[in-house]
Amino acid sequence: MAGSPIAFRLDPASGVPTYLQLVQQVEHALVLGYLKPGDQLPKVREAVADLAINPNTVLKAYRELEHKGLASGRPGQGTFVQAGLSQATLPELAGLRRALLEWLADAEAAGLDANAVSAVFASTLRDFSERREAESPRGARKVRGRTAGGAA
Amino acid sequence: MNILETEALGRRYGGTWALRDCSLAIPEGHLVALVGPNGAGKTTLLNILVGLTGATTGNVSVLGGIPVGSPAALDAIAFVAQDMPLYRHLTVADTLHLTRNLNHDFDGAYARARLRDLGIAEKHRAGKLSGGQQAQLALTLALARHPRLLVLDEPTAPLDPLARHDFMATVMAAMAEDGLSVILSSHGLAELERVADYLVLIAHGVVRLDAPVDDLVARHRVVTGPVGEQNDPRWQVVESTAAGAQQHLLVRLQGPNDHVPDGWESRAAGVEELALAYLRESSVPTPLVPVEASR
Repeated sequence: MAGSPIAFRLDPASGVPTYLQLVQQVEHALVLGYLKPGDQLPKVREAVADLAINPNTVLKAYRELEHKGLASGRPGQGTFVQAGLSQATLPELAGLRRALLEWLADAEAAGLDANAVSAVFASTLRDFSERREAESPRGARKVRGRTAGGAA
Repeated sequence: MNILETEALGRRYGGTWALRDCSLAIPEGHLVALVGPNGAGKTTLLNILVGLTGATTGNVSVLGGIPVGSPAALDAIAFVAQDMPLYRHLTVADTLHLTRNLNHDFDGAYARARLRDLGIAEKHRAGKLSGGQQAQLALTLALARHPRLLVLDEPTAPLDPLARHDFMATVMAAMAEDGLSVILSSHGLAELERVADYLVLIAHGVVRLDAPVDDLVARHRVVTGPVGEQNDPRWQVVESTAAGAQQHLLVRLQGPNDHVPDGWESRAAGVEELALAYLRESSVPTPLVPVEASR
């Protein structure tokens, strides 16, 4: 069996914690179709040797992906994609994109340019996730993880 | 199991304390970064830990209660000192031969395979290798003993960025494969976030931080607000910078709630930022209040 279809790469200037960058790269690869259910994620040893990062950071990222129901570990073999983000939520994604396009039209009408839109989105997203984290640090994750849990 | 435990550990050289009242409890399975200014006592602590020097006061044990310097401790700990100690005139092959004969368990096949992967020929003299190759050779000799604890004293300081990356990649891969713990002293704060998941910070011979990096990040915030306002009593200010109207504070939270007053902003503190703040602290540090005890 060949290795993982994806390889990790870090952005040292992003300010995003390393484990979160790994989580996001897997999620993006799922949305974009680079990863499909059953695919193997990079082995911890390989990721660690490529990036010179702490193995516990990779393990933390994989635990987070398991919490979300996106991946599952097989003892002695590695971590594998359990559910595809894109196919499970494709109709939902289309709806979300439509809503976002409407919002962007409103923003343009209000005189916001692309930079201002990005700034508003980034700060709102930050407020949103900080508030959710403060309310229930564990609960939010579990709810999201539950739906995909039975897919394997 | 704790990989290292010290209690009121101290080491005096003549009339000067190199390390004072050092109490640590470091669990296994981490890469521990030992950080502090020059002369803070880092090397002294590492030398005590590997059995090269004795303590003046206090207690110290490794790997779940084994006395430092005992045969069991020496077998389970590998140490690469600051200056990459190699016999410059010996060839790589002779260095392997020597190390095999000086150590209880030395995995010669592992060492040869690793050196082959690294492209280091056994016929070369150690002193003729590049700085990066010398570091990799010293590291290979240490890892071929399959230690449970690897101790590195500023291993990457003399290396160029590529050699530094390769060196740390080797350490990390060994950690992933063998599950060994690593204690590493370093001035490279920028690397901390990527490599270390546990931070010990020593300043003026005293331990200021001893905790998993995730816990430290969760316990600290950078808050920004108007000058002259009453600080929140739950904030323990580690560092403050103020201009005419605005002040930034790096604070240690006394409780889990990180609510900020109106007109103030709050964000997470980065590891490097946090370490710098503690390094800059005055020489009479405020006593640390454990988070659990205050609530």
